[in-house]
Amino acid sequence: MCNADEGEPGTYKDRIIMENDPQSLLEGMAICAYAIGATKGFIYCRGEYPYVVDLLKKAIIQAKDKGLLGDFDIEVRMGAGAYVCGEETALIESIEGGRGEPRYKPPYPGVAGLWGKPTIVNNVETFVNLPVIIEKGADWFKSIGAAGYPGTKVFTLTGDVVNKTFIEVPTDTTIREIVFDFGGGIPQGKKFKAVQIGGSSGGFIPEDLLDSPADFDSMQKIGATLGSGAVFVMDQTRDIVDVIERIAQFFEHESCGKCAPCREGTMRVCEIIEKINQGKGIAKDMAVLEKLGRVMSVSCLCGLGQAAPVPVLTTMRHFKADYEAKVTG
Amino acid sequence: MMANVTIDGINVSVPDGSTILYAAQEAGIIIPTLCFHPDQEVKANCRICVCEVEGQSLLSAACAAPVWDGMVVKTKTPKVIEARKTILELILAHHPQDCLTCIRNGVCELQDLAAEYMIRDNPFELKVEEYPLDRSTISLVRDQNKCINCRRCIGACSEIQTVHALGVEKRGHQSMVVPSMGGLLSDSPCILCGQCIHACPVGAIYENEQIDEFLAAVADPDKVVVTQIAPAVRLAIAELVGMNSGELDMEVFVGGLRQLGFDYVLHTNFTADLTILEEGHELLSRLTTGQGQLPMFTSCSPGWINFCETFYPDLLDNLSTCKSPQQMFGALVKTYWAEKMGIDPSKIYSVSIMPCTAKKFEAARPEMNASGYQDVDLVLTTREIGRLFAMSGLDLTRLQPSAFDSWMGEYTGAAVIFGATGGVMEAALRTVYEVVTKKTLEDVRFTGVRGMDGIKEAEVDLDGTVVKVAVGHGLGSARKLMDLVRAGESPYHFIEIMACPGGCIGGGGQPLTKSNKKRTERIGCIYIEDEGLPVRKSHENQEVKTLYDEFLHEPLGHKSHELLHTHYHQQHKKHL
Repeated sequence: MCNADEGEPGTYKDRIIMENDPQSLLEGMAICAYAIGATKGFIYCRGEYPYVVDLLKKAIIQAKDKGLLGDFDIEVRMGAGAYVCGEETALIESIEGGRGEPRYKPPYPGVAGLWGKPTIVNNVETFVNLPVIIEKGADWFKSIGAAGYPGTKVFTLTGDVVNKTFIEVPTDTTIREIVFDFGGGIPQGKKFKAVQIGGSSGGFIPEDLLDSPADFDSMQKIGATLGSGAVFVMDQTRDIVDVIERIAQFFEHESCGKCAPCREGTMRVCEIIEKINQGKGIAKDMAVLEKLGRVMSVSCLCGLGQAAPVPVLTTMRHFKADYEAKVTG
Repeated sequence: MMANVTIDGINVSVPDGSTILYAAQEAGIIIPTLCFHPDQEVKANCRICVCEVEGQSLLSAACAAPVWDGMVVKTKTPKVIEARKTILELILAHHPQDCLTCIRNGVCELQDLAAEYMIRDNPFELKVEEYPLDRSTISLVRDQNKCINCRRCIGACSEIQTVHALGVEKRGHQSMVVPSMGGLLSDSPCILCGQCIHACPVGAIYENEQIDEFLAAVADPDKVVVTQIAPAVRLAIAELVGMNSGELDMEVFVGGLRQLGFDYVLHTNFTADLTILEEGHELLSRLTTGQGQLPMFTSCSPGWINFCETFYPDLLDNLSTCKSPQQMFGALVKTYWAEKMGIDPSKIYSVSIMPCTAKKFEAARPEMNASGYQDVDLVLTTREIGRLFAMSGLDLTRLQPSAFDSWMGEYTGAAVIFGATGGVMEAALRTVYEVVTKKTLEDVRFTGVRGMDGIKEAEVDLDGTVVKVAVGHGLGSARKLMDLVRAGESPYHFIEIMACPGGCIGGGGQPLTKSNKKRTERIGCIYIEDEGLPVRKSHENQEVKTLYDEFLHEPLGHKSHELLHTHYHQQHKKHL
C-alpha cells in the first residue's frame, strides 16, 4: 500500500514525483509486491490531487498493457481531506470505509492491516527509491548520505526563502546548506529567525542548531524531526507566537477526536496560545501549556497527538522571549 | 507460554499476549480505566490507563498493550500520575459539573476518578455545550452534554447487539457520539434494549425515569394501584440495597412494595406460566397442523420484538403471537382479575416492575389495549424501584414479609427461569413434554439451553418426534440465528431469543452491570430459586388452572386470542 496522502502543510514532494515519474512508483510497488508475495496494491492519494489520480490510473493502464505488473493489481483510492489519514492505520480504516481514525498498535499493519491481512504501508518517496536500489545495488545506495540513514531525501522549501522549490540531497546535508545554499537564504536581506522541518508537527530550529545534518538520527538529537521533508523558513520579522497559533488551530481542526488527550488537548493548546497571542496570557498559562504538551507527547494514541505539541514545546524552549513579550503577570 | 512481568515491583506470570491491565489485576494492582469494557473490543482511546514501561519513552495504554517476558511496568510514577490527572482535567473541563442532580450521582466512573485523583483546581476553562436532551423515545434519554466519547455505548450497540444505532460524527473536540445520521434516537434503528446504559460510565444515556407518575398515582385516592414484578427483578434489586444478588427474600420485597403504596402486589410470573401454556400449545399446533411458520420464535422480549420488526420484517410470521407476560398480565388484570375482585377496571392503575427499558415502549404500543383500557399504565425499571426504596427510607433488612395477593400471584419454577437466557425454552419444554407424551418429567432440568454461550441448541424427543430448539441471547446471536432462518438453513423448530446478554437478568433496566460475570452470578440465583420451589411446571400452577376453568376455557381459545395474543408489523426507521 502506498501512502500518497501527503497532508503535511508545505510538503509537495510526492506530488512532484507522481506528476513526473508515476512509473517509478508503480515499479517500486511491484518490486515490494514481488518480495512479499502480494497480488493487490493500493495507492491512497490525497483528495486534493484529483488530477494526480487520473495520471496514476493512466500509468497503471500503461504498465498493465505492457504486461509489466504481472498478476499484481494496483487500485487508486482518494482521501477526503483528513490530515490524520496519512497515519497508516487511519489510512487503512479510510480505505475500509470507516472513519479516518488510527487503530491501536499492535497489531501493526505488517501483521494485520487492510481487512486484517498483512499489509506493507510505505510513502511514495520510499517506493520510488526501490527500483534504483535494485538496479545499482544496496552498497551503492549506502554510500550516499549519512551512514546511519543512507540515501537521499527530498525537501520542499517554503516560507521566507529565496528559492521556493524542491531538492533531492544526500541525507548528510546540513540544515544550513538546505536553507542557505540550495534555498538561497532569506530574501530582501533579512535575517534568519527559525526553520521548521518535517511538517506542522516538526520542531522549530534556531540559528545555532543549523549545522546539524538532516538525517533522522541527527534531527532527533536536536529535538527536531525529518518528517515529510517540508522546510518552512521564517525571517526575523515573523512573530513566533503568531505562527504557533496557526499551527495550533491546524491541529485542533485535524485531531480525529478518538483519544481524549488529543481531542481535548489540541483544543486547549489552541485556546491557551490564542489567549497568549491576544496579550491576555499569564505566566501560569505557560506552565499549563508546557505540562499539557508534555502529557500529550507521551500519552496520545497516535503520532498526530504525540507530535502536535512539538512546535509549541520547541518554540517555548528556543524562542521564549517571543512568548514572554506577550505574557503578563 | 507464560510471560513473567514485574509491575510496581511485584512479579506476576501471565499468559503471553495478555494485556498490562490483566497482568496488573493478577498482581492485585488497580489501574484506572474509562473506555475499557471487559466484554467489548479494546478501544484504547481514553488513555486513563497509561503506564510506564521500562525502556520506552511513550506511556503505554494498559488496556491494550500486550506484555512480554521480562517486561517491567510502573503504574504510579510522577510521569504517569501527571498524565492521568491532566487527561482527567481535560475530560472534566468538557463535562457538565452538575453531579448533584445527575442520575448517575454516586454511581459514576468519572466522578469516582475525579475523587481518586484529587482533581481540585482544574487549570482548563469549563467549556460545556448545551445540547437539548433527546427524549424522543419513551424508554431512553440521551444527554449529549455528558458524553465523554469513550464509545462504550457504541461497543454495546454495534459489537454486541449489532443494532448500530450509535456512531461518531465530526472530529476533534467537536466529535461526538450520536444516533444514526446525527438525528434523534427515535429515527435511528435503536431497539431500546438499554444495553448502552450499562456500558456508559457517566450519565450520558439513561432510562426515562417515571417515578413522578407513580407517586401521583399512589397519591390519587380514586386509583387502585396494582403491580406485577418480573422474575429477574427481585434477585437484582438486592444489589441496590447493599446485599448480594438474590439475597433479598421475595416476601420481604413484597412487604417493601406495599410500603411504597401499591394496593395489590401480583406477579408477572403468573402470566409467565400462562405464556408457557399458550405458547406451548401454539408450538404444538404449528408442529402438528402445518399451519403457521416454523421455526417459531419466542416473543417475550420487547427489545427482540423491536429488533425483529426493524431488521427482519420478513420473518414476523415466525414470531409466536403470544403477548409477553407483562402484556398478558396487563390485559387480564383489568378484565379477569378486576371482575374476580369486584374492582372497577377504569380505576385500576397497572404498574409493572421490569428489568427492561424496552418494556416501557411495549406497554405504550397502541395495540396493547385489549382490556378496553391501556393494559399496562406504567413501567418502572429495577433501578427506579431501587431509588424509590432509597427515597422512602425503607430498610429492607428489617421489613415485615408479606405474601402476594391472590388470583394472579401464584407461580412455578418454570416462570422464575424466564429471567435467564434459555429459561423460556426450558419452561416450555417442561410443559410440552408432558402434554405430548402424557408422561411425567422426572428431571425437569434442560441444561443444554442454560448458560452464557451466545447460541445454545438442544434436541428433545417427544415420543418419537424430535424437536430441535435453539436459544440466542444478545442480538448479535439473534442476528446469526435469523440469518440462518432467512437463508432457509435453520434446522430448528423453536427458537428463544432474548435481546439482552444473559436474558432479562441482564436487562437494560437492571442495576448497572459492568460485565457478563455479574450476569452469570444472577443466572445462578435464578436456578437456585427454581430448585427451591415445590412446583416447577407451568401447567401445574393452580391459579392458572382456575383462570382457564373460569375465564379462558382453553389455550388458544377465543378469549385467549382476544386478550393474550397480538400481531406484529414492520418498524420503519428514518435512519436505518
